[in-house]
Amino acid sequence: MDGVHDLGGMQGFGPVEVEPDEPTFHGEWEARMFAVAGGALGAGGFNTPMFRHAIERMDPGHYLTSSYFEHWLTAVATLLVENGMISRGELDARASAFPLSRPPAVDADDVGAVSPREEPRFAVGDAVRVRDLHFGGHTRCPRYARGRRGVVARIDVAAPIPEVEAHRRERVLDPTYGVRFDSAELWSDAAEANAPVHVDLYELYLEPA
Amino acid sequence: MSNDHGHHPEPLSDVERRARALEELLTEKGIVSAEFIDQVVEAYAQDIGPMNGAKVVARAWVDPEYKRRLLADGTAAIAELGIGGPEGDHVVAVENTPEVHNVVVCTLCSCYPWPVLGLPPTWYKSPPYRSRMVREPRTVLAEMGCDVPDDVEIRVWDSSAEMRYLVLPARPPGTDAVSEEDLAATVTRDAMIGVARP
Repeated sequence: MDGVHDLGGMQGFGPVEVEPDEPTFHGEWEARMFAVAGGALGAGGFNTPMFRHAIERMDPGHYLTSSYFEHWLTAVATLLVENGMISRGELDARASAFPLSRPPAVDADDVGAVSPREEPRFAVGDAVRVRDLHFGGHTRCPRYARGRRGVVARIDVAAPIPEVEAHRRERVLDPTYGVRFDSAELWSDAAEANAPVHVDLYELYLEPA
Repeated sequence: MSNDHGHHPEPLSDVERRARALEELLTEKGIVSAEFIDQVVEAYAQDIGPMNGAKVVARAWVDPEYKRRLLADGTAAIAELGIGGPEGDHVVAVENTPEVHNVVVCTLCSCYPWPVLGLPPTWYKSPPYRSRMVREPRTVLAEMGCDVPDDVEIRVWDSSAEMRYLVLPARPPGTDAVSEEDLAATVTRDAMIGVARP
C-alpha cells in the first residue's frame, strides 16, 4: 500500500533527534512488549509480512505520533483480535479505547497468481527498471524507487514474496537483488552528488531497462 | 505477572496501560508465558548488542583472511564468532574505504542486524532518519556530526528485503600495536550503522 510507513524521500520531518546514551528500552513496558510480541506472533502463527502489514495499517496519524514499540503493541493486538485469539472487548475492559489498525484493504484473492522462481533472471550489471506497482496490500517495493532505472549490484537469496506471504500465508519464492540507483535518477536536480542508493528488491518488482 | 506491575510509583501512561492489558490477557490465556517474556527481556537487555558487532569489526581489522571472508559472506563470518539469531540470517558487511563511506537505513520499517548490533536506537526508527537518509545522506550525516568529504562516495543501503547490513569502518590510523580486544572497545554502534567515522 502507498502508506505512511513508506517514508523514503518524504520531506518535512526535520532533523534527526539523537538521544545521548539511549537505553535499549525506555522503561519496562518496552522490554516486555518486545518479548510479548515475539511470543504472541509465534503462538498465532503470524509471519513477519503479516506483522509488518498490521503496522502499516495503523491510522497514519497514530503511526507518526507513536513509538516503535507502540507500533508493535498495536499491530500484535490487531492481529490477535482479527484471528479471534482475544477480543476487542477484552482489551477495552482493561485499557479503554484501545486503538487498533484498520482492516486490510485487500484479501487473499487480490494477490495475483505467481509461480515460485529461484533462478535469477537478471545478472550483476544488468540495467533494470522498477515496475510502477501500486498494490493495496503489503509490499516491500518502496515508492521512491518505482519507475526508476538502476543496475543490479548483487544477487541475493530467493525469498518468500511479501505480498503472497502477508495475504495468503504462503511462501512462494522469488529471487532478490541489491539494485544500485544513481541519486539523480531518484531525486533529479534535488539529488546530492556522489550518493547512490542501493535498494533490495524482489525480482517481480523488476523489468529489463 | 500482574504482581510485578504493582511497584509503579507513578500512574501508568496510556500506552503502558495498553501494553499491560495485552500482556495480562495473553499470559492469563496461556498464549505467552511469563518465563518466555523474562528470558527474552534478559537476552536483549544484556547479551545482544553492538559489542557483538564490535568483535566482528575488530577481528576483521587484525585478520585479513577473516575480513575477506566477512566481505564475501557476512552471515558465515559472524557465525564463526558464535554470533547469529533473529534478523541475522543474511548479513552483508560493507567496507568503508578512503573512496567510499557506507550508511544503512530501512525506509519501510526499521530492519536492523539484531545479532551484531542489538535493537535499533530510536533515531534509526524515526521518520526524519528514514525519510531523509536516502535523499540527502551527506546533509543528514553532517547534521549528525559525521562529515564525509565531497569526493568520498556515500553508499546508502536501504534494507528493504532480506539482507541486513553491517558497516565495516576503516581501522583508525596508528592502532597497529593495539590488541584485538582493545580495538573492539573503540568500535561504536554508530560507526557500524555508518553515521559516525571512528
